[in-house]
Amino acid sequence: MKDIQTTVVENQEISSGYFRMKILAPEFGRMVKPGQFVMVKVRQLNDPFLRRPFCVFRIGFLPPESDGLPPREYLELVFKVVGRGTEILATLKTGDRIAILGPLGNGFDLDSIGEDLLLVAGGIGVAPLYMLGEACAKKKKVRLLLGGRTRDDILAVTDFERLGIETYVSTDDGTLGEKGLVTEVLAQTLADGAPSAVAVCGPMAMISVVQTICRKQQVPLQVSLEALMACGVGACLGCMVKGAGHSEAEPRLLTVCKNGPVFRDVDIDWAQFA
Amino acid sequence: MSGISQQPAEPWKPNLQVDIGGLTLRNPVMPASGTFGYGEEYAELVELGKIGAIVTKGLSLKPKTGNPTPRIAETPAGMLNAVGLQNVGIDCFVRDKLPFLRSVDTPVIANFFGNTLEEYGEVAKKLSDVPEVAAAELNISCPNVKQGGIVFGTDPRAASEVISLVRKNYSKPLIVKLTPNITDITVVARAAVEAGADALSCINTLTGMSIDVRSRSPRLANVTGGLSGPAIRPVAVRMVYQVAQAVSVPIIGIGGIVEVEDAIEFLIAGATAVQVGSANFVNPGTMGHLVDGLEAFCIEEKIRDIRELIGSLRI
Repeated sequence: MKDIQTTVVENQEISSGYFRMKILAPEFGRMVKPGQFVMVKVRQLNDPFLRRPFCVFRIGFLPPESDGLPPREYLELVFKVVGRGTEILATLKTGDRIAILGPLGNGFDLDSIGEDLLLVAGGIGVAPLYMLGEACAKKKKVRLLLGGRTRDDILAVTDFERLGIETYVSTDDGTLGEKGLVTEVLAQTLADGAPSAVAVCGPMAMISVVQTICRKQQVPLQVSLEALMACGVGACLGCMVKGAGHSEAEPRLLTVCKNGPVFRDVDIDWAQFA
Repeated sequence: MSGISQQPAEPWKPNLQVDIGGLTLRNPVMPASGTFGYGEEYAELVELGKIGAIVTKGLSLKPKTGNPTPRIAETPAGMLNAVGLQNVGIDCFVRDKLPFLRSVDTPVIANFFGNTLEEYGEVAKKLSDVPEVAAAELNISCPNVKQGGIVFGTDPRAASEVISLVRKNYSKPLIVKLTPNITDITVVARAAVEAGADALSCINTLTGMSIDVRSRSPRLANVTGGLSGPAIRPVAVRMVYQVAQAVSVPIIGIGGIVEVEDAIEFLIAGATAVQVGSANFVNPGTMGHLVDGLEAFCIEEKIRDIRELIGSLRI
């Protein structure tokens, strides 16, 4: 875990309202596990006050410079403009200063995945899944179901395809890929044969449906959750979720930042999201 | 070469040590309760041996699950929280959290509260049996729970009653944390000192509220919460100043400290030490930066002892 002041390498709008940002991040490559996140301070002022959590989409290296120094490492975020923090983040340009704290959280459990991994993403929920796909694509069968409201919400398809991951796109309005909900595609896919594991990230309503489907089919599921948080390290207790079997008498409260953001579905009390 | 050699100025370091009601701290910088967990959460990021003290999350007799989410909301230059005093309880703290704190060479201040008068007394008794706890900070000011907390902090008689009881059960330095959600903070400050407080912490969060105008619903599940961050600093400085005029015990200044100048402002207003709250969430390096900055400021201003700054306001 490191707290660094660094600079933006590149910030590009990849689709209406969605950005990909590369940030110089020395040594993060060997630290970041798929599914982990960083807390970003979008500018060095008291307003907006708090950092924002973003999953690490990818780690890369800049081409070596002519000075003979080793290639410089960067981490890449994919984000959607949803409020004031991301509005400011969207305006940052190459060379602008930025602070990142991380990597944080637990990341996906790679050992339990088996030989056939199915990734399910809703819109910006694709962010934590790329590194997981990358870690698994060489040795396992990996497929991706990518859903969104409209074509603008479908991100990073070519990145996954470059890893050799079969990608199935669906949109609610049919402007790209199959018309319909990604959860319907999932139900169909599982009916044709269950994978050894499913990993999902996206809007809570979609995750809940994915959880119901996977539970019915008894497919092991890992979910990456999102929550409001101030610290990212388990101190502010802003991002609590109820764990499976939680009660007032026997509390099982989990922090999304530290116990998560990735959870096995069986460890979560799903009634709280209903 | 001339025979007269210029002697280099003797390097000197200012004294940063302060005393809080009998507890000596190597410097006046510590975290505010609830923003630093039980210390270990920040061990990877903060040099714990460098700060003046570690202040724990508020402890109660039994574990507490806190409020439903959302518990936090960002506001202009600050944040609202309604965590609701979630904590592991005093017994679990002693069993699971203290061993780590024992390994750190920094005094531990245990913040605590009760749901009832009796509970306050019982927690105080339990804390007095823990040698690693150097001092206790009594919370009579949490705005986010129905029982305990603020009920005792807004009424001088209730405050006096709970502090007197705790005082009977706890002989080490006792700090009482005051609420700003009151017309005249000096009334409770005086009552607290008369009832046996060795020091006062000012201020806890200001009660606030924020609404999502599209859904017309409050941003916090608890509806209201406690405001912290730079937004509250001028209110906090004013209250520290007022309390410093009213009582003679040491005051710990709290409220929106981010930069070293902010900490110095509190000292000049009358605080002997400061606590850093929500800034820990934003920049975990804040407290270390403040310790270095206080030293640099003293050297620059030729202040040999940081205590020269306390209450040094010129009007």
